[in-house]
Amino acid sequence: MNLRSLVVAFVLLWLGFAGSVQAAQTHVAVAANFTEPAREIAALFRQKTGHEAILIFGASGAFFTQITHSAPFEVFLSADEERPRLAVEQGFAVPESRFTYAIGKLALWSRVLDVTDGKAALSEGKFSRLAIANPNSAPYGTAAVETIKALGVFDALQGKFVRGNSISQAFQFVDSRNAELGFVALAQLHGITAGTRWLVPENLHSPIRQDAVLLKRGANDEASKAFLAFLKGPEARAIIESFGYTIDE
Amino acid sequence: MQTLQHLWPPVRLTLELATVGILTLLVLATPLAWWLARSKRAWKEVIATIVSLPLVLPPTVLGFYILIALGPDGPGGAIASFWGARTLAFTFLGLVIGCIVSALPTVVQPIRNAFTAIGDRPLEAAATLRASPWKAFWRVALPLASPGILSGAVLGFANIVGNFGVVLMIGGNIPGRTRVMSTAIFDYVETMQWREANILAGGMLVFAFVVILSMILIQKRFASAGA
Repeated sequence: MNLRSLVVAFVLLWLGFAGSVQAAQTHVAVAANFTEPAREIAALFRQKTGHEAILIFGASGAFFTQITHSAPFEVFLSADEERPRLAVEQGFAVPESRFTYAIGKLALWSRVLDVTDGKAALSEGKFSRLAIANPNSAPYGTAAVETIKALGVFDALQGKFVRGNSISQAFQFVDSRNAELGFVALAQLHGITAGTRWLVPENLHSPIRQDAVLLKRGANDEASKAFLAFLKGPEARAIIESFGYTIDE
Repeated sequence: MQTLQHLWPPVRLTLELATVGILTLLVLATPLAWWLARSKRAWKEVIATIVSLPLVLPPTVLGFYILIALGPDGPGGAIASFWGARTLAFTFLGLVIGCIVSALPTVVQPIRNAFTAIGDRPLEAAATLRASPWKAFWRVALPLASPGILSGAVLGFANIVGNFGVVLMIGGNIPGRTRVMSTAIFDYVETMQWREANILAGGMLVFAFVVILSMILIQKRFASAGA
C-alpha cells in the first residue's frame, strides 16, 4: 500500500466517524439516581419512535458545569430543580421546556446494620462510616445532610461521612459494605432485597424535585423534543412510578 | 485577598501520601527489580507482567478491585479487623496501598533496567575480590544503579501525586484524611469554584514540569558521568 492510499483510507475513516453521528439521536445527561428508569424509558422510546436516546450518567453538579462549557448534550435530566433553572437563566436551555419529571425519595440503606428504624440507628451512631453523595454536587447528598441536621445528629456524625462523587458511588460504598450504611436514592434499591432500609420521611428534607430541560443544542432537534414529550407521557410515567418516585398531578 | 488556608490540607495530605508511598515503594521495588533483572527463571516475566498491569489497566478497574480487596470481604478487611475496623477503604493506609499498586510499575521498570545495564562483570569482579553477594549488592550494584533508582523514585512520587482514579474510587473524599489534591481539584471544578481549582491545578502543572525537567537532567548528568 502506498502513502497516498493510506492517506485516503485515513480520511475515509474519519469521515465515517463524522457521518455516524448523523442518525436521529439525542444525547441525554441523566442524574445518576435516575439511571435504571432512564434505561427502561430509552428502550421503550426507541421501540415506539425509532429515535435513539444516548444516555450519559453522572452527578448533576458535574453535568451543569459541563453544560456551561458546551458539552454535547441535548437534554438534561437533573436530580434537582436548581440546576435546570440556572441553565435556563444563563441561556443554556430553552425556558418553556423545563418540567418536573420525578420527585425523588431518599432512603437510608445498610447491608450490615438494622436500619429499619433509621432515626434510632443514626442517633445511636454505632458505625464508623456513613456514605452520602457529595452534598456540593449531588442533590441527594444535600438532602441527606438536611436529614441528618433535622435529626440533630450532624455534629456527632460529621466525622463519619464518606462522600461518593455521585449517588451511584454512595450506593457502591454501601453495597461493597465498605461503609456500614449510607443515604441512597430509593430508586436505586429497586429490585434489591439485600440489607435493611429506612425510607426517610419527607418532612426531614426539602423535596427532591427533579427537573428536565431541553438544552439550546437540542432546541431544534426532533429526537430531543420527542424524548422530552415521551418522558411526560403515560408510558414513561408508569416506569418512573414503578421505581418509587412520585410525579406531580 | 480571601484566605486560601482551606487549600492547604489537600496539598499536605498529598505530600504525606506521596512520601510514605515512595519510601515503601523503594523498599519493595528494589529487591523485586533486582530479582527480575538477575533471575534466570523463565516465569519471572509473568511476574514482570503482573507488576506492569497497572500501566495498562484503566484506573477505574484498578480502583474497583482495590475497593473490593480493601473491604470486609477482602484481605484489607481481615487486616483492619486487627484494630477493630471493618475496612481499609476511606483510610490513609488504604490510599497508600492503592497508590503503591498503581505506581509500582513506574518504580520497578527504571530500577530493573538499571540493574540489567550493570551486567555480570562488576559483580563477578566483586566476587573475585571475595565480596559476599550481599555486600556486592550494597557496595557495587546499588551505587551503580542509583540513577535508575532516583528516576524510579521521582516517577513514583509524581505518579502518586497525580493519582486520581484509584483515589477517587477508594478514598471517600474525607477532608484531611483522603481528600488529596487531584480529588479536591475535581470537586472544585464540579462545584464551579474556579479560583481554587485554578490555584491547585496550576500548582500541579508547575510540579509536573519540574518533575519532567529533573528527570531529563538526571539522565543527562549520569549519562555524561558514566561515559
